[in-house]
Amino acid sequence: MQSNIRSDYRIELSGVTKRFATPDGDTFTALRDVTMTVEPGEFCAVVGPSGCGKSTTLTLVAGLDRASEGTVTVGGKPVAGIGRGTSFVFQTDALLPWKTVLRNVAMGPLFRGVPKKEALTDAGDWLRMVGLAGFENHHPHQLSGGMRKRVALAAALINEPSILLMDEPFGALDVQTKAIMSTELLTLWDQSKPSVIFVTHDLEEAIALADKVVVLTAGPGTVKDVFRIDLPRPRGSVQEIRFGQRFTELHHEIWESLRDEVTRAYARTSAPASRVAAVEEVRS
Amino acid sequence: MTRRRLGIVAAQLAVLVIVFGGWQLFTQLKIVDPFFFGQPSGIVSTAWQWVQHGTSFGSIWLQISTTMEEALLGFGIGVAGGVVAGVLLGQFRFLSDVLSPYIKAVNALPRIVLGALFVILLGLGMSSKVVLAAFLVFFVVFFNAYQGVREVDGNLVNNARILGGSRMQVIRNVVIPSAMTWIIASLHVAFGFAVIGAIVGEVLGAQHGLGVLITDSQNNFNADGIFAGMIIIGAIALIAEWLIGLLERRLLAWRPQMSNEAAAV
Repeated sequence: MQSNIRSDYRIELSGVTKRFATPDGDTFTALRDVTMTVEPGEFCAVVGPSGCGKSTTLTLVAGLDRASEGTVTVGGKPVAGIGRGTSFVFQTDALLPWKTVLRNVAMGPLFRGVPKKEALTDAGDWLRMVGLAGFENHHPHQLSGGMRKRVALAAALINEPSILLMDEPFGALDVQTKAIMSTELLTLWDQSKPSVIFVTHDLEEAIALADKVVVLTAGPGTVKDVFRIDLPRPRGSVQEIRFGQRFTELHHEIWESLRDEVTRAYARTSAPASRVAAVEEVRS
Repeated sequence: MTRRRLGIVAAQLAVLVIVFGGWQLFTQLKIVDPFFFGQPSGIVSTAWQWVQHGTSFGSIWLQISTTMEEALLGFGIGVAGGVVAGVLLGQFRFLSDVLSPYIKAVNALPRIVLGALFVILLGLGMSSKVVLAAFLVFFVVFFNAYQGVREVDGNLVNNARILGGSRMQVIRNVVIPSAMTWIIASLHVAFGFAVIGAIVGEVLGAQHGLGVLITDSQNNFNADGIFAGMIIIGAIALIAEWLIGLLERRLLAWRPQMSNEAAAV
C-alpha cells in the first residue's frame, strides 16, 4: 500500500535554469539547463564544487523558490509552492532555540493539526528512535552539534515525508560524528524509504549513502555526469564501507569527473579577487 | 561577596556620601544658595511632609498612583500597538514600503509637543496623559519590533513553512519569539518614556499627579519640592526596571546563560 503512494513521488527536473538578480543589477545564473530524475525511494546525492547551485536545486524542489525556465515536477505535478510530503534538513540548525527539543520535534504534526497530546507522544517516540530519550526538555543550545542534528532529523522525519531534501546536513560536524550520523540516517531512511536528494561536497559521504551520485559542473551548474552506486544494501557502518574495493573504484571514477569542476571553480573564485584588486588599483 | 565586590560597594557608597554630603555642606555654608539649588535635608523633609500631611492636591499616594496609572496604561497600550504594528510591517513588505516614510516623518517630530494638543483634545483628565505616554512608547517598541521581525533567521521561517506552518503559525511560533529579544530590550527604554509622557502631560495641565506637584513647587520657587518629586519618580522607575528585568529573565529563559552577564550587573 505504502509503496504505491510513494511511487507517485518521482522528482523530475527538466531543462531547469535559475537566475537571480544581483544587488548591482546584473543577473547571476545559478543553474543552467539541469535535467535529472530521482526515482521514488531512491537516495540521490548531488555533488559539485561550492557555488555551483546545489542548494538552489533543493529550494526549487521544495517549492521555496521557482525556476526561471524549465519545469520541476514532483509526482508528475509541477511544484507550485511548498508541498505537504516534503521535508527539508538545513545545513545550519533550523531548530527553534526557545522551544524544548520535544516541542521542536512536535512542531510538524502540530502545524498539521494533529492533537497536541498525540503530537507530543509521537515526538517522544521519534526522539527515542534517534537515541535522544531523556533529552525531551532540554533546549537546543544545551545539546552537542551531533545531537542537534538528530533532533533536526527527527523533526523532519516525523512528518513521514515522501521526499526528503538535505542540504549538507552533516557539513558542520566532525568526521567521526559525521560517520555515525550517516549510518543512522541510512537506518532511518530504510524504514520509510522516502526519495532523497542529499547535497554535499564530500564525495565519500555521497558514495557511502547514495544509490546515485549526480555531479554538477562549476557554476552555472548543470548535470555533468550521473553515476550509479552499486554497493549492496544494507550498507552497515559508513565508516567501514570506505575500505571496500568497489568503493575505492567508484570514488576514483567520480573524482575524475568532479576534479575538473573543482579546479575550474577554484580558479574562478581566485580570479575575481585579482580583478577586484586591479579595480582598486585603478581607483586609487 | 569577594574582596573585589566589597571594594566596589564601598566605593559606590563613598560616591553617594561625597555627592550628597558635599551638596549638604556647600548649601549649609551658603557657598551655594539653597534657595536655588535645594538641600538634601530640605528634600527629605519636604518628602516627609508630603507623606505625613499630604500635598495641596491631596495625599502623596494619590499623586503617585495617578501618575503610575497614566504611565502604566500608556505603557500597555503603546507596547501592544508597537508590537502589532512592528510585526505587521515587518511581515508585509507592501505595508512597510507604503508607510515607512510617514513613520519616519512622525518619528522625526518632537512628539512631546503633541502633549499640548492632547490636553486641548482630551482635557485635563487622565486620558490626555495616557495617550501621550502611549504615543511615546509606541515608537520605541515599534522600531524594535520591526527590526526584530526583519532579522528573523530565514532558515527558521523556511523550516517552519516546510513543516506545514501557516502564515499565522509561523508568526506565532517563529517570528514573534525571535523578535522578543528586541522587543524586551526596548521595554526598558519604553517605560522611561511612559513616565516622561505622564509627567509632561501633567506639567502641561492636570489636577493630580507628580507632574502637578513639580509644577506647583516650581511656581512657589521650591527647589526642594522639585527634587523630591524627581527622586520619587526615579524610585518608581527603578522598581519598574527591576520588574521588567524579571519579565525578561522569564520570557528569555531559553537563552544560554551568559557567563559575564551576572558580573556586568
